[in-house]
Amino acid sequence: MSEQVREQVRERETRRLDRVVVRFAGDSGDGMQLTGEQFTSETAAFGNDLSTLPDFPAEIRAPAGTPAGVSGFQLHFSDHDIMTPGDAPDVLVAMNPAALKAYLKDLPPGADLIVNTDAFTGGNLKKAGYTADPLTDGTLDKYRVHKVPLTSMTINAVNAADGVAGAVNKKEAERAKNMFALGLMSWLYHRPTTGTEDFLRQKFAKRPEIATANIAAFRAGFNYGETTESFSVTYEVAPARMKAGHYRRVSGNLALSYGLVAAGELSGLPVFLGSYPITPASDILHELSKHKQFGVRTFQAEDEIAGIGAALGASFGGALGVTTTSGPGVALKSETIGLAVSLELPLLVIDIQRGGPSTGLPTKTEQADLLQAMFGRNGEAPVPIIAPRSPADCFDAAIEAARIATKYRTPVFLLSDGYLANGSEPWLLPLRESLPEFSVEFATAPNHDGPKGPEFWPYLRDPQTLARPWAIPGTPGLEHRIGGIEKADGSGNISYDPANHDRMVRLRQAKVDGIAADIPPLEVDDPSGSARVLVLGWGSTYGPITAGVRRVRAKGLQVAQAHLRHLNPFPANTGEVLRSYDRVLVPEMNLGQLRTLVRSEFLVDAIGYNQVRGMPFKAAELAGVLEDVINQ
Amino acid sequence: MTVTTNGKVAAGRVTNRLLDLVPAAAAPQTRKEFTSDQEVRWCPGCGDYAILATVQGFLPELGIARENVVFISGIGCSSRFPYYLNTYGMHSIHGRAPAIATGLATSRPDLSVWVITGDGDSLSIGGNHLLHALRRNVNIKILMFNNRIYGLTKGQYSPTSEVGKITKSTPHGSLDRPYNPTSLTLGAEATFVARSVDSDRQHLTSVLRAAAEHPGAAFVEIFQNCNIFNDGAFDSLKDRDTRDDVTLRLEHGQPLAFGADSGKAVRRGADGGLEICAATDAGVLVHDAHAVDPSQQFALSRLTGDTHGVTPIGVFRDVDVPSYDEELNAQIERAQQRQGKGDLMSLIAGKETWTIA
Repeated sequence: MSEQVREQVRERETRRLDRVVVRFAGDSGDGMQLTGEQFTSETAAFGNDLSTLPDFPAEIRAPAGTPAGVSGFQLHFSDHDIMTPGDAPDVLVAMNPAALKAYLKDLPPGADLIVNTDAFTGGNLKKAGYTADPLTDGTLDKYRVHKVPLTSMTINAVNAADGVAGAVNKKEAERAKNMFALGLMSWLYHRPTTGTEDFLRQKFAKRPEIATANIAAFRAGFNYGETTESFSVTYEVAPARMKAGHYRRVSGNLALSYGLVAAGELSGLPVFLGSYPITPASDILHELSKHKQFGVRTFQAEDEIAGIGAALGASFGGALGVTTTSGPGVALKSETIGLAVSLELPLLVIDIQRGGPSTGLPTKTEQADLLQAMFGRNGEAPVPIIAPRSPADCFDAAIEAARIATKYRTPVFLLSDGYLANGSEPWLLPLRESLPEFSVEFATAPNHDGPKGPEFWPYLRDPQTLARPWAIPGTPGLEHRIGGIEKADGSGNISYDPANHDRMVRLRQAKVDGIAADIPPLEVDDPSGSARVLVLGWGSTYGPITAGVRRVRAKGLQVAQAHLRHLNPFPANTGEVLRSYDRVLVPEMNLGQLRTLVRSEFLVDAIGYNQVRGMPFKAAELAGVLEDVINQ
Repeated sequence: MTVTTNGKVAAGRVTNRLLDLVPAAAAPQTRKEFTSDQEVRWCPGCGDYAILATVQGFLPELGIARENVVFISGIGCSSRFPYYLNTYGMHSIHGRAPAIATGLATSRPDLSVWVITGDGDSLSIGGNHLLHALRRNVNIKILMFNNRIYGLTKGQYSPTSEVGKITKSTPHGSLDRPYNPTSLTLGAEATFVARSVDSDRQHLTSVLRAAAEHPGAAFVEIFQNCNIFNDGAFDSLKDRDTRDDVTLRLEHGQPLAFGADSGKAVRRGADGGLEICAATDAGVLVHDAHAVDPSQQFALSRLTGDTHGVTPIGVFRDVDVPSYDEELNAQIERAQQRQGKGDLMSLIAGKETWTIA
């Protein structure tokens, strides 16, 4: 290194930022998800608040080098609490021309762009659909472009590492280029690096030479930043001031899985998961199948119907029956959900919503299954619905769903979505004593005086909850038969009596409606108390809506915010809340499903803001919509 | 005498290592105790009555507590069965009983779980679940009442109806080639496959006993007469004058002989299939229900009245391999022995945490 360069390095400016959005992008085989995850781990360890958004194709290996095969990972981190993975990246790392092509439109002028120049070959440019080289034709004039020969520098660094020569082939050496990129980004943002090196050693414990190669690439990337003249500035984002406690990073599907394990322990029931693999829900099956020491039984069924059938069979036997799926799977499970409504047995139906209809957009997010969950069955078949608002909230929502299912002996829908499932955030770990206990009592004795003595009536209800007794096989004296045919109120015997059917339909509805008295009221965030517009959301839009609301309030405008966790039944005060504002705006990633429900239930002329692009709302976009409604 | 795991002793009860996990009855039980107070509502003359009587009569033989017996059914005439048994029961939805029973049996090894189904329920709408429950070898006993017709929907052809069947939905004759349920389930590598006839109480009881003694999934096809929509479908097997000539009673370890004075027999033909020969001919086969290789059992399943003039009944296959439930529950036990019972809070915390003061 020349004296002159040393001087520059020493004098390089470090700029303090309050928040940054970075996006890693490359071919699906380039390891971008792993790179993003690891950068996120470094960031979590540093103490920033953060939110992530992976974006990957549905195909396992889409044609290499094409925009269809691009895999991206976005991370938003900050020195304060943030609500979303960020609207637009401040930095884009593009590992090939396709990644540049796919994501350049998201990049605001002046943003940093790190490109792997080695990948900008004639063939790759053509595959990406470029007719001219964007690195030289002026396409990138608006950005701060850092041209880095990532592949060749990675290969050089790997070959120079001790004990790697001969043990690692060229392809394996080249594959470490994502770690070079991670090293460079770690340097640029002053991230702690020991965690990544430990991670690589662990991940490749069986092939230490691969670990060495990756660590060499990682360090080379870091050192490259240190010595290159390409970067005149590095950035610091101070740790966030967060509530005291122990934290970990968690994705929605992981938190949901833990919530199910916790629900088993809190209810005292063994968890039985019957499931069929489907994106983006499969990770819950994968996760729960690891935890057999908790007595969790996982069953990969032959289809969606068998998955829920087995779960319901387990519930009949006294387990906490759970089935996990996405929208198309719910369609297949509908008949069994109806049976569970009729049998009045606890059952959790977890729908990780994705773009629809039909196969739709398997890896993209949407919240368009609300009406399916609400009405997608034959007959009058009410099912309580709960929706988590953030990745970490999936833990609490799963516990709440289990509480309601076991207490009211009913199937319960939990509506998460692809954004929550794969996105992650810091999670303030709960304390054991803060978790609700809801131990379940099975029926053990006859409950009715019959003509020949004491009898067991499986449909004699608790007057408070309207729940029927849960008598599990193996309990002497309570032998009974239940089924999907209408039953006589009380005795549970088959009944085709018209008046009895009318009564049973109303009783099942009243039982679900009554849950409104057992859930918290809808909270309204209206700091000034003088807002005339209420924004009402549900599920995963909580982050973007809250971020949009903050922006609007920062401009001095008034807006109230409420977010529904329980969608069936609604909290008891929902109508009152909605009617106390002049206008109600309901942003949803569907064409207005919650809006339809609140309009019909409360006769409130709610306004919708709807998009179904497979991506979460952007804070700026919602802020703009809110301003428009406020200023109307 | 068998001593069960809960220390209770039952006399002469049917047993196996999985039934031993089910609590024994405190005292001998009667058919009456297994009869519910519900009025039986099948058409007069239906074969289901005979099957119900046989099952009610057989269940006390199990020697297990009545409250630990569960019958799960799908939809169809046969699926009303659980209502008439004073055990736990579920009348579920069309075709799904094997799936529901799978969840129950795997999570409750202390139960004896039975599935009641018909040819439409198990082979049409529920075909997939049937095959998968059998190939997994879940510890459930599936009794399939085959009347070769749809009864409850009033007389359409079923997946076991013969080609050319004239029904309401096939006035010009049905075009579908039928399933052979024993071939199908042997093809799915079921560990126990048997066939019996509704009216032959003694034979049906012996098959039920063998199914109960089998530690794993059992499939029993029961020829059942629908006297309303398909009357007489199995008459040749029931007629005292003809039945011995057209029925091959399978018995493990015995020569495959049938007919008056056991004059006819079965041997391997030149094409590799089976053929009928005289009992005195060379090469008469001996039935091996315990053979792991199902080839000969499958070949037996291909013998039908139409093709060979003889229908085998009895146990085709009875092979003892670990059941799905045993293996699943063993995995849980091993995990708990290795890692101890799970600690929720350390699971939640994971390996990468940080603290904010």
